Amino acid sequence: MLSRSEYIKLDQKLSPKSKEIQTLIFAFLVGGLICCIGQAIADLVKMGMPNAEEKVIAQIDSVAMIFLGSFLTGLGLYDNIGKYAGAGSIIPITGFANSVVSPAMEYRSEGVVFGVMCKMFVIAGPIIVSGVTASIGIGLIYWFVGLFQ
Amino acid sequence: MTGGSQTIYFRNKPRVMSGYSIVGPKEAEGPLDPYFHKRLRKDDFGQKSFEKAECKLHMSAISGAIIAAGLTPADVDLNIGGDLLNQIITSSFSARELDIPFIGMYSACSTFGQSLIVGAALIDGGYIRRAACSTSSHFSTAERQYRFPLELGTQMTPTSQWTVTGAGCTLLGEKGNIFIESATVGKVVDFGITDANNMGAAMAPAAAKTVVTHLKDTGRDPTYYDYIVTGDLGIYGSRLFLELLESDGIKAASIHKDCGQMIFDKKQRCPQGGSGAGCSSVVFNSYFLHHLLAGAIKRMLLVPTGALLSKLSSLQGESIPGIANAVVFERED
Repeated sequence: MLSRSEYIKLDQKLSPKSKEIQTLIFAFLVGGLICCIGQAIADLVKMGMPNAEEKVIAQIDSVAMIFLGSFLTGLGLYDNIGKYAGAGSIIPITGFANSVVSPAMEYRSEGVVFGVMCKMFVIAGPIIVSGVTASIGIGLIYWFVGLFQ
Repeated sequence: MTGGSQTIYFRNKPRVMSGYSIVGPKEAEGPLDPYFHKRLRKDDFGQKSFEKAECKLHMSAISGAIIAAGLTPADVDLNIGGDLLNQIITSSFSARELDIPFIGMYSACSTFGQSLIVGAALIDGGYIRRAACSTSSHFSTAERQYRFPLELGTQMTPTSQWTVTGAGCTLLGEKGNIFIESATVGKVVDFGITDANNMGAAMAPAAAKTVVTHLKDTGRDPTYYDYIVTGDLGIYGSRLFLELLESDGIKAASIHKDCGQMIFDKKQRCPQGGSGAGCSSVVFNSYFLHHLLAGAIKRMLLVPTGALLSKLSSLQGESIPGIANAVVFERED
């Protein structure tokens, strides 16, 4: 029989690979569509509130997109989009909403505290941790550079 | 062992009294649908949680097999069962309801083979008369234990397999014309595959080693069997399995079938087919038992395969050990 190393080589040679072109196209189209929806919401908000600041519009837009992502997750549709779109639907803020809402739904059966509350951030947790850590790092650099100006 | 390095012969021919299979809606859409005994319309089986649903599946399979044999639970000496959940709660919780003495089993997706071997050995030795050998798995319970929440929008990798929702039970005893002739207990084999989404490749070496040892121990040629049936290697794992056999000079492609490959259609979007502790047991108790009883299959080697990983071991970077147990079913005319 083949040795371990021969087998690993065989596996690397034969193992089926992702259909890159197909998945890239889907991710591009769906990711792009989500961004277009976001932009459309921002434009509509601007039309409704012509005097609002850019910052406020961006905040309303994020809230609307988070709601959409959560809502579609709740309806059981977001995972079906993800099956085709991959990173196209994971990377936008709707994907972040999906990563919080889906464990909250999944672990409901283990109770409110140990199920929903504890497990809500199992997937989004690392993203928040790295976001906070990165912002501390960048903040330190910003402060340090400021000292020499 | 009595029949060679890893093989046991059962001189008293423990017999298959009945078999029962119950599957979820996705499995019922697959090509084996006509052979299953019962199909669920919804995979929650009317229960509050998927764990409860799997437990009910498991129980239904055992009671289905007992009823099919025309017996009552009191006539069964032992329930030998297992599943994939932590601390095998499905099997033990279903045994809580059944009032049959219980032995819990675990060797991942190869549990069905292990249960059959233990059941057959106890009957062969004269310790018990009848044993209900059962296993189950459920897509939604396995997914949350080993992978991600169901509603998370992730993509399946090209080598991944879909956990079968279903339970199967074989009732072994003294009546029937199908009997277990021998069995080969597998060794745990690890060829260094670390990707938990490539379980076919992780289990193929174990399956190949068990089959090679079985053939050596018994002095048989693969053509002695109408079919050599692996548990859940999937399409890709099966290819590696046949390559490994070929490297030992054994040609079995024409008689090889894989339960994981058989249970789903290509259109059902399960990249490499099905897997899970329920996979080999529902396919054996439906399709293969049907053909054994009908006489279309006279002898077969069932080789359920298991990947002995846990979420913890994969996170710690451990490679995935595999196991495969081989059981010989023969028909007596």
